[in-house]
Amino acid sequence: MKFTKVLLAAAAATTLSTAAMAGTLDDVRKKGFLQCGVSTGVAGFAFTDDQGNWQGFDPAVCQAVAAAIFGDKSKVKYTPTTGKTRFEALKSGEIDMLARNTTWTFSRDADLKLTFVGVNYYDGQGFMVPKALGVSSAKELDGASVCIQTGTTTELNLADYFRSNNMKYEPVPIETNAEARQNYLAGRCDVYTTDASGLAATRATFEKPSDHVLLPEIISKEPLGPLVRHGDDQWADVVRWVLNVMIIAEELGINSKNAEQLSKTSENPEVKRILGTEGNYGEMVGLRKDWALRSIGQVGNYAEVFERFIGTNTPIGLERGLNALWTDGGILYAPPYR
Amino acid sequence: MTAIDINQAPFKVSNLWTDQKSRGLLIQIVALILLLLFIAYIANNTINNLKLLGVETGYGFLGEPSNYDINQRPIEYDSRSSHGRAAVVGILNTLIVAGCGIVLATLLGFVAGVLRLSGNWLISRLVYCYVEFTRNVPLLLQILLWHGIIVHSLPLPRQALQPAEGIFLSNRGFAIPWPHFEPAFWAVVVGFFAAIAGAVWFRGYAKNVQAETGKIYPVVSISLALIVLAPVVVFFLAGQPATLDWPALTGFNFSGGLTVKPEFIALWFALSVYTAAFISEIVRSGIMAVSHGQTEAAYALGLRPNWTMRLVILPQALRVIIPPLISQYLNLTKNSSLAIAVGYMDIVATIGGISLNQTGRALECMSIVLAIYLTISLSISSVMNWYNKRVALVER
Repeated sequence: MKFTKVLLAAAAATTLSTAAMAGTLDDVRKKGFLQCGVSTGVAGFAFTDDQGNWQGFDPAVCQAVAAAIFGDKSKVKYTPTTGKTRFEALKSGEIDMLARNTTWTFSRDADLKLTFVGVNYYDGQGFMVPKALGVSSAKELDGASVCIQTGTTTELNLADYFRSNNMKYEPVPIETNAEARQNYLAGRCDVYTTDASGLAATRATFEKPSDHVLLPEIISKEPLGPLVRHGDDQWADVVRWVLNVMIIAEELGINSKNAEQLSKTSENPEVKRILGTEGNYGEMVGLRKDWALRSIGQVGNYAEVFERFIGTNTPIGLERGLNALWTDGGILYAPPYR
Repeated sequence: MTAIDINQAPFKVSNLWTDQKSRGLLIQIVALILLLLFIAYIANNTINNLKLLGVETGYGFLGEPSNYDINQRPIEYDSRSSHGRAAVVGILNTLIVAGCGIVLATLLGFVAGVLRLSGNWLISRLVYCYVEFTRNVPLLLQILLWHGIIVHSLPLPRQALQPAEGIFLSNRGFAIPWPHFEPAFWAVVVGFFAAIAGAVWFRGYAKNVQAETGKIYPVVSISLALIVLAPVVVFFLAGQPATLDWPALTGFNFSGGLTVKPEFIALWFALSVYTAAFISEIVRSGIMAVSHGQTEAAYALGLRPNWTMRLVILPQALRVIIPPLISQYLNLTKNSSLAIAVGYMDIVATIGGISLNQTGRALECMSIVLAIYLTISLSISSVMNWYNKRVALVER
């Protein structure tokens, strides 16, 4: 009995060490599926549909990567992670990439040895309060109880914000968004703070969303994006360019409906390069020539994904705002594909 | 006879295997070596993997500012304090909930254990239902249940219940008046310990008197009176060096006094009620283990019923009760790590949770948490073992 346990532990330890070592792209191909870390559930951003499949703005990135590698967006195994478990899951090799509204910061990059491959949502930390409280500015929150997810950058921003404004507060630490929702609605805390997109998503799930307001103050920069482990540049490039191509595709007007057709008829050299009818760009990152065609054809470009899950026509109802293309007054900007 | 045979036989290496005793020893040694090799392999593997990942290890981060706030702070702490200090806050919070839990669980457990043996059918059945229910529902669910009850059923601070002057019950916790101590209060503390010393001396004196003359003093009531009255007298002599701080609603929450957080209450109740169910069974088995003949013999000697309980039954029952009670205390302390479920900031939530997460020092933080639990558990168990030795049957 004891001995079997020991053997199992030994086996686990060895697999961990190999996973961290070999080329991730080859490993993923060999396994036949991509292991992707997502959140435990934020409306619009990551949720399970009525068939039990993970959907949302973040899983869409995983699906785009799977489509680029296998030509099949369904070859993803999702691992729900909390704010606490996400980095260990990635570092230990339990997951190949993390797409879970995670903020890009210096210490996560340099100290935790993670590589952020880009930004898929530019966000900022906001506050939500019940309308009945009669609060109109975050500066009026002195002495309030604040629900906060532990293990996040928002926790640190909150401490800094109240300190620099010389206000006191009672932190109510909480593990997941669902728990935060419960505690907030029960009145355990006066305020819920997290990324403004998360607040909008959470509010959309309330019985009466109009009874709650988001305060005007945005107290931090929260660039959210997918990330991988340090030390495998090829793998980082694959994920980085899947994301970039989603953005470039919107810029060039390639979408899931016209991608197939454009690959045959388009005369635009950049479109031809992306869709694999000119040059051999796919091979440079170890993928097939037509990887982007599969990826966009099955998942769609940035705008399609945004509108499908979190845009103004969804219950979440987020405006593009900062996340509009640089040509439309936003800051979404991908390097050229050449 | 056999010893002589072994001495006479010439030594052969194969004897090591054929002889039962040396074979057993040999197998144990080999098993031990394999185990040590395995541990070394794991440790080596971990260190290598961390090196390959480029992760630095070390405890230097304990001195860095933590950058996060903690809601229940037994000592001065803010977001500029170090991770090390956050760990201390966590340790104190763990000790507070474990200590309070042990006291309440023991009280509840002993009462429930005795009631379970009651001749009253209703009472013993009720206690039976309580024990079976709490023992068979996972503790985590009970913690969440208590938390849910407090947060959902109590009103918001503005409509707080006020069962007595200065006490407010709301879903932000129980706000109660709390003494504010002035420096001169040390005199009262000294008075308290002096009273305890006096009580101990009196007990010895009363014993001697009883041995010599047979005269019996009411030791318990006199000791209690001494311990309670002496500090009170000193308190007034020193000019009342403590004032009560009353809670009041200011803005969003209560300030002043002491606000006991819902997370603490939920955890404390759940741990106590859960562990008390086990303790009550231990107490019941302890009392039932004392043969009825002992009671009859005591009555035959003319001892009164409560003396029979105190002098005959309890001392014998304690011998059966104490060892399993130790493990219940240890269980309660270790179970307090479930605090994380409701966001009570114990050692697992501070250094093992937020600090770990913000610094990424998983191995270091977990090793600290492990060491602390080990220290707390070993301390509890050594104190209880000492007590067990005292009440154990002395065989001559």
